[in-house]
Amino acid sequence: MPIYIDADKCVGCKLCLSACPYGAIDMVEGKAVFNDNCTQCGACISSCKFGAIIAEITRKENVDTSQYKGVWVLAETHDGRLADVTLELVSEGRKLADELGVELAMVLAGWQVEPLAQIAAHYGADKVYLVEHETLEHYRTDPFTSVIAALINQYKPEIVLIGATVMGRDLASRIAARIGAGLTADCTGLAIDPETRLLMQTRPAFGGNVMATIVCRHARPQMATVRPRVMKKAEPDLSRTAEIIRSHVDLKEQAIAAKILEIIREEGRDELDVQEAEIIVSGGRGLRKAENFALIRELAEVLGAAVGASRATVDAGWIPAYHQVGQTGKTVQPKLYIACGISGAVQHLAGMGSSDCIVAINNDPDAPIFGVAHYGIVGDLFEVVPALTKALKKELGLE
Amino acid sequence: MNIIVSIKQVPDTTEVRIDPVTNTLVREGVPSIINPFDENAIECGLQLVEKHGGKVTVITMGPPQAQQALKDALAMGADEAILVSDRAFAGSDTLATSYTLAQTIKKLGEYDLIICGKQAFDGDTAQVGPGLAEHLGIPQVTYAIDIEVEGKKARVKRLLSDRFEVVETRLPCLITVVKQMNEPRHASLKNVMKARKKEIPTWTAADIEADESRCGLNGSPTNVVKVFAPQRHTQGERLEGDVNDVVERLVKILREKQVV
Repeated sequence: MPIYIDADKCVGCKLCLSACPYGAIDMVEGKAVFNDNCTQCGACISSCKFGAIIAEITRKENVDTSQYKGVWVLAETHDGRLADVTLELVSEGRKLADELGVELAMVLAGWQVEPLAQIAAHYGADKVYLVEHETLEHYRTDPFTSVIAALINQYKPEIVLIGATVMGRDLASRIAARIGAGLTADCTGLAIDPETRLLMQTRPAFGGNVMATIVCRHARPQMATVRPRVMKKAEPDLSRTAEIIRSHVDLKEQAIAAKILEIIREEGRDELDVQEAEIIVSGGRGLRKAENFALIRELAEVLGAAVGASRATVDAGWIPAYHQVGQTGKTVQPKLYIACGISGAVQHLAGMGSSDCIVAINNDPDAPIFGVAHYGIVGDLFEVVPALTKALKKELGLE
Repeated sequence: MNIIVSIKQVPDTTEVRIDPVTNTLVREGVPSIINPFDENAIECGLQLVEKHGGKVTVITMGPPQAQQALKDALAMGADEAILVSDRAFAGSDTLATSYTLAQTIKKLGEYDLIICGKQAFDGDTAQVGPGLAEHLGIPQVTYAIDIEVEGKKARVKRLLSDRFEVVETRLPCLITVVKQMNEPRHASLKNVMKARKKEIPTWTAADIEADESRCGLNGSPTNVVKVFAPQRHTQGERLEGDVNDVVERLVKILREKQVV
């Protein structure tokens, strides 16, 4: 068993009991003992002040972590521009790199994407690793994984960040498995531990009911996908430039398993996406029927906001699924979230609970949504929402 | 078609809480369920077999009690189930988990398609599917909403954040599915009876010839060092009174806070 408690050293202080995420430590005759719940996650080890909890981490190939230097951000591009989350991560990566006293680089893989390189510089990148090839025009797992894994092996960054998007999650997991890196999903907080120089990666788990901080002690690089709209974009400094390091690759189209046959943009999908929006107005079961989403849309229009929806309304077929906010829908963190007629099931709260400012409008004073709302209005949404739309129109001079 | 569906037993996350006093996870009395997205994966496998023939084998890595998830999968109509369980697997992160599942699948032999849910409800990482595909050296197609199989090729429609993408890839491959793909069936009485009688083999690390330095805590580069309750302020302000007054106050607040 890789973790054990040295009974001679255990003084029975019970500190490890509170550190255990699984309730897997019992006190037996004044000593801590693991029970069957133990997953050997190792959370208890650092809690013991007496060195009584010992992990035998045996690795065949112990990585020489001192060889790995620098912070990288893997770029995501859409229709010829850098995704917002990429710029957020370049901005955040700058801070991490400064704390470590290392360089920040962005990896830009694509086709005819070179003009985007200097934009990364404006947000703080010192270097841009550029890989251009026709086969990289649209994101596909295979070629992107090969290209980026190779760069990592060659230049050995200590930290690699990418957005926790459809692309980022697909790519990062594949790269991490290939090179044996540690990967933490969907982080909402990143920090450097000053003593160990390790990346402390904080993320929600169990549908947002629990936050966990994760480290990767031995494997390199330390990889993380980071939730969009959590990190703040820096003010661009247009005088900054980055060194471009171009890599030549020889990719063969016929060697790539996946062919993209078609890209379909759904009708209505030109609407502002909830994950892109600074303001979201969401409707729930309290709307009673599909037509009443008109009230939500009117308010959203005044605010330049995206329209969100609870799972109940999507399941009822009132609105397409891409509007859904929550654990099975999209996770959002806008500046302002206005929940109208949403009771606030825990899955919904998991998807929007960390929004900067939450306004809840609901006729049930005991609705759980009020538990996370900064401002709550107990009332009939059919009165409150139109009144709010009208008042905002006036305030914003849109009448 | 020989289809393998990889599933996970998860706690019903709505019931998991941090004890505010001890700051530990409260899991007592929390029911375990099949990860909801994995039910879509099972349904996808069953539909493909109904159309093309073949069989669905469901696998899971977990503690002995994860057998219940496999029973539930058999009750939905899966043909075979295998539990991969060993103390050596405890503490696995997504890398060690995907390695262990890959070893399991290598022992199972020939297959055409591996299906997983897009992510698990407890961890929400979406990392095991792609990791598994990598260890097996097969293509992956994530976030699938529709799949058509023709000969040795699969045509998969992916659900992206703002569009659909139709991808063609060779078999065998691994796909992860979103919940919009289908409506998972309920267990039929006949299948429930069959599931009850069905023997579910348990494979250990030795059975799948796993390198123990790549399993469990040993094989996991990441470690959880701290868990804590999310900071959610609970002292929101209630705005009460006449609708127009309330709305005006709200607008004033939002303007002052510069959110509108």
